[in-house]
Amino acid sequence: MAIEITATSRLWNFPGGVQPDERKSPANLQPIQRFPLAPMLYIPLRQHAGAAGELCVAVGDYVLKGQPLTIPGVDNGLPVHASTSGTIKAITEHPLNHPSGLSGLTVHLQPDDQDAPYPHQPIADIHAISQREVLQHLQQMGIAGLGGAGFPTARKVAGARNIDALIINGIECEPYIVADDRLMREHAAKILRGCELLQQLTSAKSVIFAIEDNKPEAINAVATAIAETSSTTIANIILRVIPTKYPSGGEKQLIQILTGKQVPANGLPADIGILMQNVATAYAVAHAIDVGEPLLERVVTLTGEALHHPGTAWAPLGTPVEYLLQQSGFQPSKHQRVIIGGPMMGYTIANLQVPVTKTTNCILAPTASELTPADAEMACIRCGACEQACPASLLPQQLYWHAKAQDYDALKQHHIVDCIECGICAYVCPSQIPLVQYYRQAKAEIREQAIEHQKAEIARQRFEARQLRLEREKEERLEKHRRAAEARKAAQAARAAEAPTSPSAADTKPSAGKGTNAAVQAALARAKAKKAAQEQPDSSASIGPSAAVQAAIERAKAKKAAQAAAPEQAEPVADKGPSAAVQAAIERAKAKKAAQANAESSQSAEPAPENNTQSDKQDAIAAAVARAKARKAEREQAKGNTESQNNAAENERKGKQN
Amino acid sequence: MSFYIASSPHNHQRRTTATLMNIVLLAMIPGFIAQLYFFGWGVLFQLGVAIAVACACEALCLMARDRSAMMGLRDNTAIVTAALLAVSIPPLAPWWVIVIGTLFSIGVVKHLFGGVGQNIFNPAMAGYVLLLISFPVQMTAWLPPASLASNVPSFLDSLHLFLFQYTSEGYSVEQMRRIDTGTLLDAVVMATPLDHIKTQLSQGLTLGEATQHQQFTGIAGMGWQWVNAGYLLGGLVLLQQRVIQWHIPGAFLGALAVCAIIGSVFAPDYLPGLNIHLFSGATMLAAFFIATDPVSAATSNRGKLIYAALIGVLVYLIRSFGGYPDAVAFAVLLANLCVPVIDQYTRPTTYGYQREER
Repeated sequence: MAIEITATSRLWNFPGGVQPDERKSPANLQPIQRFPLAPMLYIPLRQHAGAAGELCVAVGDYVLKGQPLTIPGVDNGLPVHASTSGTIKAITEHPLNHPSGLSGLTVHLQPDDQDAPYPHQPIADIHAISQREVLQHLQQMGIAGLGGAGFPTARKVAGARNIDALIINGIECEPYIVADDRLMREHAAKILRGCELLQQLTSAKSVIFAIEDNKPEAINAVATAIAETSSTTIANIILRVIPTKYPSGGEKQLIQILTGKQVPANGLPADIGILMQNVATAYAVAHAIDVGEPLLERVVTLTGEALHHPGTAWAPLGTPVEYLLQQSGFQPSKHQRVIIGGPMMGYTIANLQVPVTKTTNCILAPTASELTPADAEMACIRCGACEQACPASLLPQQLYWHAKAQDYDALKQHHIVDCIECGICAYVCPSQIPLVQYYRQAKAEIREQAIEHQKAEIARQRFEARQLRLEREKEERLEKHRRAAEARKAAQAARAAEAPTSPSAADTKPSAGKGTNAAVQAALARAKAKKAAQEQPDSSASIGPSAAVQAAIERAKAKKAAQAAAPEQAEPVADKGPSAAVQAAIERAKAKKAAQANAESSQSAEPAPENNTQSDKQDAIAAAVARAKARKAEREQAKGNTESQNNAAENERKGKQN
Repeated sequence: MSFYIASSPHNHQRRTTATLMNIVLLAMIPGFIAQLYFFGWGVLFQLGVAIAVACACEALCLMARDRSAMMGLRDNTAIVTAALLAVSIPPLAPWWVIVIGTLFSIGVVKHLFGGVGQNIFNPAMAGYVLLLISFPVQMTAWLPPASLASNVPSFLDSLHLFLFQYTSEGYSVEQMRRIDTGTLLDAVVMATPLDHIKTQLSQGLTLGEATQHQQFTGIAGMGWQWVNAGYLLGGLVLLQQRVIQWHIPGAFLGALAVCAIIGSVFAPDYLPGLNIHLFSGATMLAAFFIATDPVSAATSNRGKLIYAALIGVLVYLIRSFGGYPDAVAFAVLLANLCVPVIDQYTRPTTYGYQREER
């Protein structure tokens, strides 16, 4: 399902969307300015997704422009760099450029106005080195996505395989923001160079450059640049001009407009063969590879009616927002809002000392009449305006009810995680309900719950593992005791088996040694057999019966050995010792053995140990009986061999019947 | 200095609930004027009393529920409910009828269910049904269109009738309902076109014979066709202003029209045709002003289509085979009951959950 887009192929639409006042002018009329350096730059260690790196400079150090201040940590984060040369005055907590208003570790850099550069490290030919090395270079240069969340570009590119289309996002659909617009007008060629590099890095088959139709100058500039670039450097690049509608610049929405496909839920654009990069990111990539300078500054839109000179400016990262506002003639009113980002998705800041970071594309200072703050929230009248406008086809009003009820399961079922927080639902709501705020809170709560749940799950697993271990140890202990007890029993049984023979053995001293030896051996064999039987429950069921048989055979052998010892001892007593009698006894023993083996094998594995102890006694008795019989047979020898022979035959038959 | 902190988005479409309700009220004006013209001053009294009672009741309920009465009244939803109920009932119905209806609509149907946005039934229609089954005589005493009436009450007479049910000269509402058939002796009490057709058909006459009556001029009966035309005009304004979407009126009128066409193909003598169904009774008022009440309607576009089509079919069935000449209120309430089920099964597919066609 390769994506084949041509300059004339159709554009799709996404459901919902709104067309708020764009108000891109007058900020987009002036070229990008460059202000003098601010008296102090505040460079937070964390400016992007991922953890902060490890600090590699100290207070008092003199740093050069572009010198890394941190080394990325284990999670492949990005380093931050000194945006200009100067002295590090402090490394302390400083308000972050974040909706939370929290503080974070920040390097305070006092510029010396020299802009003394750290050695540049350009890559002359990216084909000369491996893709991995180029991506490592981009990481070292601190390149992050400049359009939105600031995701490290190297990681985004590395994670994308089999890319059909590289989409360059020059939509900038949110009102007021013109940073990308100005960048495209003034630096189209360098952006295209970035496209070329990104295409080579991703092996994308085609490049789609998308711009909204409300930026004719940018479209012209990019079209001209494409015409000037020889077609061999960028294969299959096409420029798509799409209708103006908010939020067509959202990654998912733009993909739907251009390809008609949807990024699967919980998936990435790469799953459908698409990689998207912002124009400013493409520019930064070109700068990092061709010039070899890290990402040190970005274009910031300075707009709103509270500014006398709205426009755009190259702002070194770390420049305080207040400085930029002052440079633009900031006239704050009573309830002044300062918004980072646009009016739809931006956030207000309470402290103007927060620095410009990699993702700061706009600083908006509106007057109260320009962007009226929301009125008091009124009751939802289920008008469904939010649902008509939602670009993700969610049911905002249902989400609102569930969020109010804190019914997080229902929220998950209504796919709250797929909300892109574009702000449209709250924008169109006639009851002025801050819907996005409700969703953010609910999402945070769900995240919190997920973390709690995971923690609880780990704790549960740990507890269960411990219980299991204690159980096992207890079992093992009991097993050991039982085995010892059974060994004792076996020894007793062996002694019992020996007992009847001892009187006769006492008469015949020479053979006594031999006799006890045999008895001990028999006992050992029995113990072994028992052990085999005990091990049996541990082993799998299929080998169980055969083990039981084995054990039975072992026991029988032991008995046989004992019996063999008994007649041996008996022989010297009955001097004449007619072999026929012995033969008969052996026959009987054999018959018994066969019977026993049959019985054993038919029994289940479980009660084997108990049976064994029982049968052991029986064995001993049987052996004694056999011996007694043998003696009796001896005495009855006179009556004749035949009778006893018959007897034996009969016994054997009985045994077989058993 | 301190800066104002707010959650995004920072700009809003400046169309509040109150604005929307005002547009709805303004859009009712053409139909209302037609009603005033054909059915006299009574309509105005009904409207005035309804709005006054609705606002007072709303304020009391809000205070009883510990809410700010001013905040609640500001959204104008009570006024819209009052207006819809006022134009639905006979112009010279006694004053206590509209008072009871409005109190029930606002106090019970709206606030007992949780106030704005929580009511499962359309308040105006629930109030109307309560009145219709409680006071059938007063609720069916529609006047003849002014041009047919033998006595057209003056403003003061109307007020007198509204308050006391008699004019200052002692004429009753019954007498006011008589129409001039040429001979005073033959004066008959006037019924609405739908009522008339229903009665005549039940007496074994054919549709052709039933519509021989002198009130059936034009397409759907004198007076009523113009009232409907007025509400149609107002509805188109609402559509153009994007206060309502096309789905509900479209599906409602479409379903009603399809039923009417099928009916008149199979039984042209006994089932009224398209013209009667679309331009008589409360059809247009229902299509653009009543069924479109967002609170009690389905929410998704597909859901709205099903919801409104259901109302259309029910209106047709009750009008043709039920016991009441018009059926909008019953149909709307029945469809309101189905909304949770409709909403459950018409949820749109969220982005990214679409099954890929390859």
